[in-house]
Amino acid sequence: MNNTNAIRIKSSFGDRIFDYVNILLLSILLLIVVLPLLFIVNASFSDPDEVLRGNVLLYPAGFTLEGYARVFVDPKVWQGYWNVAVYTVVGTAINLLMTIAGAYPLSRKDFRGGSLFMVLITFTMFFSGGMIPSFLLVKDLGLYNSMWAIVLPPAVGVWNLIIAKTYFQYSIPNELKEAAHIDGCNNIVFLLKIVIPLSLPILAVLGLFYGVGHWNNFMRALLYLSDENKYPLQIVLRQILLQNQISGASLDDITSAVERQKLSQLLRYSLIIVSSAPLLIVYPFLQRFFVKGMLIGAVKG
Amino acid sequence: MGVPSVLKLSSMRSDIRKNYDLYILFAPVLLYYIIFHYVPMYGLQIAFKNFIPSQGITGSPWIGWDHFERFFNLFNFRDLLKNTLGLSAYNIAVSFPIPVIVAFLINELGGNKFKKIVQTVTYAPHFISVVVLVGMLYTFLSPSTGIVNIVADRLGLEAINYMANPALFKTLYVLSEVWQHTGWASIIYLAALAGIDPQLHESAVMDGANKLRRIWHINLPGIAPTIIIMLILTVGRIMEVGFEKVLLMQNPLNQQTAEIISTYVYKIGILNAQYSFATAIDLFNNVINFTLLLTVNWIAKKYSEISLW
Repeated sequence: MNNTNAIRIKSSFGDRIFDYVNILLLSILLLIVVLPLLFIVNASFSDPDEVLRGNVLLYPAGFTLEGYARVFVDPKVWQGYWNVAVYTVVGTAINLLMTIAGAYPLSRKDFRGGSLFMVLITFTMFFSGGMIPSFLLVKDLGLYNSMWAIVLPPAVGVWNLIIAKTYFQYSIPNELKEAAHIDGCNNIVFLLKIVIPLSLPILAVLGLFYGVGHWNNFMRALLYLSDENKYPLQIVLRQILLQNQISGASLDDITSAVERQKLSQLLRYSLIIVSSAPLLIVYPFLQRFFVKGMLIGAVKG
Repeated sequence: MGVPSVLKLSSMRSDIRKNYDLYILFAPVLLYYIIFHYVPMYGLQIAFKNFIPSQGITGSPWIGWDHFERFFNLFNFRDLLKNTLGLSAYNIAVSFPIPVIVAFLINELGGNKFKKIVQTVTYAPHFISVVVLVGMLYTFLSPSTGIVNIVADRLGLEAINYMANPALFKTLYVLSEVWQHTGWASIIYLAALAGIDPQLHESAVMDGANKLRRIWHINLPGIAPTIIIMLILTVGRIMEVGFEKVLLMQNPLNQQTAEIISTYVYKIGILNAQYSFATAIDLFNNVINFTLLLTVNWIAKKYSEISLW
């Protein structure tokens, strides 16, 4: 009796230490993740001189909105914003239509050949033609330098297809389908009237996954677009955030160069916030949906 | 051919007839996979051809293994291979175990508010685009205006041009990867941990096992299958190590360590239009990758009976 008590006290003491260390470690992790983000937000509202003096870290100093004002003056940013919004809306719509069209038949046991199709589709996750054959295909199809080169190649994601298929399989009761059949309802009507309305939560999650993918897409635009006025936001961001950084060092007038450097620095912070704002604003509200979607996929994967 | 198989055949026919509309619905998806995924695989043959755009993929003349030989004899072949494998191995060694550990830690928090905050905050960077992430790296690490060097200057340290230093390229790549994806990658392990039978923990507590021992003896074996599957998937992508991020992190000063096979393919193929040569390099990359996937999967299957298929 005494003995077991001793063990309990000893182990709970050890566990308490564990808990404190655990909270400490996770707090450090939290700081590591938060500080860079917080700094960018603060720097985007601060006088660049204060940033250079190291006075901006946890809160802004010398509050200014000049960075934001300058970001919105640049027509390239507007154009990029507009383009990526169009690509995201059109692309996500295509993604959802195609994913439903693929996942619903695959979720049905009486869809003969489904498992063969599934193998064909899954194989593409592990082996692909690669960059050049895909590039030549886009050219051959006449899609090069058009919106379709951006939105069609990623029309269905294998992972998302599996998520949707799994959801349809496990959350639409088979009895519903049989009852609908007896009432003379065909597959398409059943899909439109019953399956889709019952699957809105998962479709919203997939829409978000696809939407984020389109918003952040850089590679397809790099490979498949040549007209500046078709560039999405990420390409514009690269030009401003990265390409200036390396090539913009040589400037003639020293005083104005210093000013320019400072302003370009401020502009970078603001631009990072402006470009990530749509995601940062919706993310806290949608976080649990993202996680849910990820988990449904993991059940099967 | 017994009666059952005849029955089976006729039920298959009736299924197909009954569900013809499902096949119509599925057709565009099948077509998509054939056009956008299998046609490029057919296009891989230009790796063995001298591709002439006017004659097309099929019409161009075969030349055998010439492009591969040229690649293996390239002056920077060793560097490319070393950089690709080195970056990938470094990345897996660091950014694979951390999410597992973080999941164990978060799991021990119980259902309190702090747990929610940790999760919400650490998942967020996953949604930042690669361009913005690399932009952040350049902005923070700039030798003159970056916050890291400003703070270092205050502490009396020399300014360092991190992004231009070839020796630091891999570390910057890996650490930023950890910063961005650790939280998100831990989700899957947290889900696996939630599936562990609580009775195992209860009886271990009765036996006097503390939290660390229970993590080691119950949680770790409990989620081992998930860890192994994720490891197979990660190793199977070893040669695909972030093309976009590496390309964006490259500058004239860090080429020596920052040039990997996929960025080289981009430069040779897309920028220089040497389609056949670039395809051969990419195919070499893909084949190594796929072979590694099969090997790791085979090893896992042999020793733990866990496999992707």
